Amino acid sequence: MGDLKMISTHDLNKTFGDFVAVNNITFDVHQGEIFGFLGANGAGKTTAMRMLCGLSIPTSGEATIAGYDVYKETEKIKRNIGYMSQKFSLYEDLTVTENIRFYGGIYGLKDAEIRSRSKELIQTLELEDQRDLLVGSLPLGWKQKLAFSVAIFHHPKLVFLDEPTGGVDPVTRRQFWDLIHKASDDGITIFVTTHYMDEAEYCDRISMMVDGYIRALDSPSQLKKTYQAASMDEVFYELARGAKRTE
Amino acid sequence: MKQLLAFIHKEFLHVFRDPKTMLLLFGLPIAQILLFGFALSNEINHSKIIVVDYARDASTRSIIEKVRASENFDLYGVFNDHQQIEETFKRGETKMAIVFPTNFNQDLIHSGYAEIQLITDASDPNTATTLVNYFNMLLLDYQRELIEVQEMPFNINLSLRNIYNPELEGTTNFVPGVMALVLLLVCVLMTSVAIVKEKELGTMEILLVSPFHPFMVIISKVIPYLFLSIVNLIVILALSVFVLKLEIAGSLILLFGVSILLILAALSLGILISNVTNNQQTAMLISLMGMLLPTLMFTGFMFPIENMPRFLQVISNIVPSRWYYIIVKNVMIKGLGFESIWKESLILAGMTVFLLLVSIKKFKIRLA
Repeated sequence: MGDLKMISTHDLNKTFGDFVAVNNITFDVHQGEIFGFLGANGAGKTTAMRMLCGLSIPTSGEATIAGYDVYKETEKIKRNIGYMSQKFSLYEDLTVTENIRFYGGIYGLKDAEIRSRSKELIQTLELEDQRDLLVGSLPLGWKQKLAFSVAIFHHPKLVFLDEPTGGVDPVTRRQFWDLIHKASDDGITIFVTTHYMDEAEYCDRISMMVDGYIRALDSPSQLKKTYQAASMDEVFYELARGAKRTE
Repeated sequence: MKQLLAFIHKEFLHVFRDPKTMLLLFGLPIAQILLFGFALSNEINHSKIIVVDYARDASTRSIIEKVRASENFDLYGVFNDHQQIEETFKRGETKMAIVFPTNFNQDLIHSGYAEIQLITDASDPNTATTLVNYFNMLLLDYQRELIEVQEMPFNINLSLRNIYNPELEGTTNFVPGVMALVLLLVCVLMTSVAIVKEKELGTMEILLVSPFHPFMVIISKVIPYLFLSIVNLIVILALSVFVLKLEIAGSLILLFGVSILLILAALSLGILISNVTNNQQTAMLISLMGMLLPTLMFTGFMFPIENMPRFLQVISNIVPSRWYYIIVKNVMIKGLGFESIWKESLILAGMTVFLLLVSIKKFKIRLA
C-alpha cells in the first residue's frame, strides 16, 4: 500500500434543494487499495461516487482524485479513472470485439495497443469463441466481467465500480472478485460499492454510509472488533438500523 | 480525431444492425415517394358526380348521357337547384358538380357559345384536376360530334370553380413536401432516439466519465445522421427523376445546400428533444407528435396555408419545413435561382443557427 492518496475528500457536500444527499464526507483512499463503499439504499453512495467521477459537481467541500482537483481538473481526472456503472453499460448490439475497440478508441488508445490488449483481455476472460458474438447474447455474468475489463482497458490508476455484481450468481461473483484482485495486483486502485456483505470482506478497508454521513471507516476485521460482531452483516445492521432514509 | 472516428464507426454499426432503423431510414422515403407518385398518376374510375340541370334540353341531355356512359364517372344524381350541391359536397358524396345554366341549348345553337360551370372538391387537388380533365375531354368529344352535323363552330366555355383550394396546389408539389417530411422525421427521430438510448442504457454515464468531450458526443451523433440524410435525399431525388419523371429545373447544388440547412435544424431539434427526456418511447412520441403533425399541417403541401385561419398562418411561420418547402418548390420545380429564395433561406438559416446554439447549450454535460 503506497502513501499516495488516490482519493482525498474533505467535507464534501452535495445538496439537491433542501435535501442533503451527501453530508460533509471526509475520507482518503490510498494507492493500490481495494476500498469498499457501503451503505443502505438511499444513503448517498451513488451521489458521492458521481462527484468523485466528475459526473456531478459537489455543492461544497474539497476533493482530489489521483491528485487532481474535482472542480478544475476534470479532464485530467477522466484520463486516469475507469468507471463501471450500476446499469450494464456495454452496447448489446455490438460484438465483444467492437465494444472493446470502441472504448479503446474513445480513450484514444493506439490501434496496435487496442489489438494486443483486447487479445489479452479475451484470453483472460476465455471469450475466444464469443469474440464476434453480439454482447446482448452473452449471459449476464460474462457481460459484467467484460464490462469490468473494458472499464480498466485503458489502464487507469483508479476504477470506480458501482454495484458491479448486482444480480449475478455467487460463482460468477467469486470470479468477478478474482478479476478485481488481479487488477489490484496490477496496481489499479479499486473503489467499489456493494450490497453484499461477503464482498465487503474482500476489501482492504470499507466505509459505511448512513443518511449521507460516513459512520464508520476501517478494515473489515477492525470493524468487527469495534462492533463486537461475528460478521460484516451484523456490523452493517448495527450501523444502518438507525437510518431514516430509505428508497 | 481518432476518438471521433471510433465513435462514428460505432454509430453506423448501430444503424446497420437494427432492421427497424434501416426500414425507417430507407423504407420510409421510398414508400412515400412511390405512394404519392402512383396515387398521382393513377386514373380515377367511377367517381361520383352530380348534375344540376336548369336547362333540361336536348344538349344537356346528351351531355348527361355521355357522363352516364363514361367509365370515369358515376352519376350520383340530377338536381334542379343549387342548394343540393353544397349539401352533397358537405356529406362527401361527390367530388364534382356540373351546372348547366338555363337556355344552354339555345345559347349554343344561336350564338355558338354556351357555358357550363364545374364545381370540384379541391381539398384533394389531384382528384379534382383529373376529374376536370376527364370532363373536358368528354365535352370536346361532344363538340366534335356537333360539328359533324352542323357547320357552325360551337364553343362551350367551362367556368371552373375549385372550392376549398383555389390555387389547386399539389400536382408535382408533393415531392418537395415529402423531402421536407422525410428529412425532418428521420433526423429528429433518429438523433433524439440515438442520444436518449445511451442515457437509457447507462452508456451515457460511461461516455461522460471518459475523456471524450460531451460536445464531441453530439458531433459524433450528428455526423452519421447527416450523412445518412444526404444519402436519403439522393434516393428521393433519384426516385423523383427516374420513376416519377419529375425534372429538377434548378441548381442541384443549391438544392443540397438548403437541404443540409434543414437537416442541421432537424438534428438540433433532435438533440433538444433528447435533453428533455430520458426514455426512448417519450423521445419517439415527442418527435412524432412534435414534428410529424406540424410538418404535415403547416408545410403547405397537404393543406394550403393561404386558406388557414390567420392564427394558424402565424403559427406556420415557426415550422422550418414551411420555408424549406417554398425554397425547394422554387428551385426544383420552377427552376429559380438563389435571388428568389434568399429571404426564405435566411429565415431557415436563422432557425438552424438558433436551434443549434440552444441544443448545444442545453446539452447536459453532467448528469446531475
